Amino acid sequence: MNGRSAMSNAITMPPNPVASAQLEPFLADFRAFDSRQNGSEPLAVKQLRQAGIASLAATGFPSTRLEAWRLTDIDPILQGHYQHPVAAPTVDAAALIPHRLAGCASLVLVDGHFSADLSDLSGLSEGVWAGSLAEALRHPELLALETLGRIARFGDPAQAFVALSTAFVRDGAYLQVAPGKAIERPIQVLMLASGGSTVSYPRNLFVTGAASQLTVIETFVSLNESAHFSCPVTEIAVGPAANVDHYRVQKENRAAHHVASLVLRQDQNSVFNSHSVMHGGALVRNDVVALLEAEGVSCTLNGLYVVSGKQRVDNQMLVEHAKPHGYSHELYKGILDEEARANFLGKIHVHPGAQQTDAVQANRNLILSKGAIAHSNPQLEIFADDVKCTHGSTVGQLDPDAVFYLRSRGIGQEAARSILTYAFAADIVERIKVPALRTDLESFLFNLLPEGDVVRQMAI
Amino acid sequence: MNTPILQISDLHAGLEDKPILRGLSLTVRPGEVHAIMGPNGSGKSTLAGVLAGREEYIVSGGSVLYKGQDLLEMEPEDRAREGLFLAFQYPVEIPGVSNTYFLRAALNAIRKHRGQPGIDPVNFIKLVRQKAAMVKMDEALVKRNLNEGFSGGEKKRNEIFHMAVLEPTLAILDETDSGLDIDALRSVAEGVNILRGPERAFVVITHYQRLLDYIVPDVVHVLVDGRIVRSGGKELALELEERGYAELEAQSRSENQPALAAG
Ligand SMILES: Nc1ncnc2c1ncn2[C@@H]1O[C@H](COP(=O)(O)OP(=O)(O)O)[C@@H](O)[C@H]1O
Ligand SMILES: [Mg+2]
Repeated sequence: MNGRSAMSNAITMPPNPVASAQLEPFLADFRAFDSRQNGSEPLAVKQLRQAGIASLAATGFPSTRLEAWRLTDIDPILQGHYQHPVAAPTVDAAALIPHRLAGCASLVLVDGHFSADLSDLSGLSEGVWAGSLAEALRHPELLALETLGRIARFGDPAQAFVALSTAFVRDGAYLQVAPGKAIERPIQVLMLASGGSTVSYPRNLFVTGAASQLTVIETFVSLNESAHFSCPVTEIAVGPAANVDHYRVQKENRAAHHVASLVLRQDQNSVFNSHSVMHGGALVRNDVVALLEAEGVSCTLNGLYVVSGKQRVDNQMLVEHAKPHGYSHELYKGILDEEARANFLGKIHVHPGAQQTDAVQANRNLILSKGAIAHSNPQLEIFADDVKCTHGSTVGQLDPDAVFYLRSRGIGQEAARSILTYAFAADIVERIKVPALRTDLESFLFNLLPEGDVVRQMAI
Repeated sequence: MNTPILQISDLHAGLEDKPILRGLSLTVRPGEVHAIMGPNGSGKSTLAGVLAGREEYIVSGGSVLYKGQDLLEMEPEDRAREGLFLAFQYPVEIPGVSNTYFLRAALNAIRKHRGQPGIDPVNFIKLVRQKAAMVKMDEALVKRNLNEGFSGGEKKRNEIFHMAVLEPTLAILDETDSGLDIDALRSVAEGVNILRGPERAFVVITHYQRLLDYIVPDVVHVLVDGRIVRSGGKELALELEERGYAELEAQSRSENQPALAAG
C-alpha cells in the first residue's frame, strides 16, 4: 500500500466529525511540513512519515473508550494551538548549564532539532557514532535508515501518538555502538523546549552491536514556563549480549504536555535497564514497550514519579516475553501530593513457548494528601505453562506508627513525614548509577520535601 | 525539695469509646526507678503512649507535669527534645531509613533544641561505637535500616541503644524485657544501670519480676484496670511473682462495680 493514497483515503473518510476536527490542525501541519521536507530526506523516511499520518488519519486520536487510554484525558493536548518550529531556534548556552550532567557527553536537541553548537560529543570512544538522526539517515554505512520505524510500530488506534510522531520524523539523536565496544562516558540526550507554544517530535534511535555497552540519559526540559507539547519516540535496538543502561528524566515545566513512547527490542542474552524519573509537566503520558524477542534476555524497567498540584502522569508498560528464559523486572513508584493524579497500566504478555519466563511487575503509590488519586492496574497474560510471574500494586499513605516512632525520638512532624517519603523513593534513587544524575534527583527531592535539610543529612 | 520529673494526677485516658486509664496518679523524682507491673490489658502501654504523645489516646481528665511543665500540651517531638524517651513495646520497622543516620538526626534535633550545635561526624561515630559496645549491639545492626528485618530481641536492644545515645532525663521502657534471653536482658539492664544517676529517672514497665533482679527499682506499682492498686518496695515484685495478679484483679473489680458497669 502506498502511503500517499492511504493518507488521502483516510483524510476523506475521518472516523467522525469530532475526531476529524481534532485531527485537522495536525494534518494541516503535516501538509506544510511535508512540502518543506521535499527532497531533503531519504525516500524511505518520506514513506515512513506518510504511513504515520495515514495511520493517524485512519484511527484518529485515542478516545477513553480504548482500554489503553481509558484513564488518560488527552483533550487538553488536542485543545492546544502549537507552533512547529522549522529549525532549531537559537538558545543561550548558559540556560542549559543547570540541566547538563557532569561527566557526560551531551547531544542537544532544541524543539527536536539537533544543535551541534550546544552539544559536546568530544572524547567518545572509537566505534561510537553519536549525532543527529537526520544526518545519520544519510550515512549508508550506519544502521539508522534500516532500523528507523522497525521497532516503534503503529497502526493500532492505541498507538496514534507513535503514528503522529512518526509523521513528523525529521531529526533527533542517533547513537550507534559497534560490536564489542563500550562508551567511555554516558551520553546525555538533552531535549529542550525553547519557549512559546511549540510542538516537537524528537525521534531518538539507539542501536547497539553485539556485546557492546551504552549508557544514555534522555532529559526533557523546558526553558521557560509556556505551555508546549512534546511527542517524542525513542527506539532502542539492544544487540546480542549487549548491555544498555537507559535513564529518562521528565522535568518539563508545569504547563507542558508530554506523550512519549519508548520501544526497545532485545536480542539474545542482552541486558537492558531503564530508570525513568518524572516530575515535570501538566499532563505526562509515557508508554514503554519492551519486545523481548530473543532468548535469555534481562530487562529492568524502573520508574519514579513525583507529582503535585494538578499534575497528571500516566505510565503504560507492556512487556512482551516472546522467547524462553526471559527475565523482566518492573518497579514503578509514585509520590502524589495535593491534587495530583497518576495512572499505571502494566501488562506482561508471555507468549506461547516463552517457557522459564521470570517476570515481576510492581507499582507502589504513596499518597500524601486527601486530594491525590492513584490508579494501578497490573495485568498478566500468560500463554506458557512453565513460568514465574508476579505482579502487585499498592496505593497507601505514610504509616502513622512510623511517623510517631520518628517523632518520639525528637524528629519534627514535617521532617518525619519527609524522611519517610524520601525513604519510599530511596530504592529507586539508589539504583541510579550515573553519579550526576543521582545527585540531581537527590537534590530535587531535598528541595521539594519540607525540612529537606534533615532528610539530606539522613541520606549521606 | 526537688521538683518531680513526672507528676501524674488522677489521669483518665483512653480511646474515643473506651476508657483505659481511670484515675492514675504517679510521682517520679530525679534518681528514681519505678517499676510498673500488671496483667495484660491493664493499660501499661496506654500510659506509656499517653506520656509519649500518641495521638489516638484521648485524655479526659487529670494532669501530667513533666519537669513542672504541662506534658499533655507538648508535641511528641518536643517531649523527646525535653528528654523524654519511650522504648517501644513494638518498635516500628522503617525500610529505607538508616539506623545510624536516623539516630544522628534525632540527636541533632535534641541538641538544636538545647541550643547546641550539631554533633560532628567523627564524634558521632565514636559515640555510636561506645554506646553500641555498652549495650552489646552488633555493629552491623547499627548500620542497617531502622529495625528492618531485626529479630524481636534485636529490636529491643536497638531501643536501648537509642536510649543510650540520646541520654534521656526520663526513660519509659515498655516491656523491653519480653522476648529477651538472659544475656540480652543483662545488657538491657546494664544500659539502664549505666545511665542511672541523680538527674535521671526510669519507668520500667514489665510483666515479669526477672528484669527487676538486674534493674533494682525504688518503687514497684501494680496497675490493674487502669489504676495503680498497690505500690511498694522491690519485694512487691517477688510477691506478685508468687501469687499472681488474680487477687488484686478481683479486688479491683469488686471495688469498682459502677465503673465497670458503665464501661
Ligand atoms: N490503639 C488501640 N486500639 C485498640 N485497643 C487498644 C489500643 N490501645 C489499647 N487498647 C486496649 O486497651 C486496653 C489496654 O491496653 P494496653 O495499654 O496495651 O495494655 P497493656 O500494655 O497493659 O497490656 C486493652 O484492652 C487493649 O486492647
Ligand atoms: Mg503493653
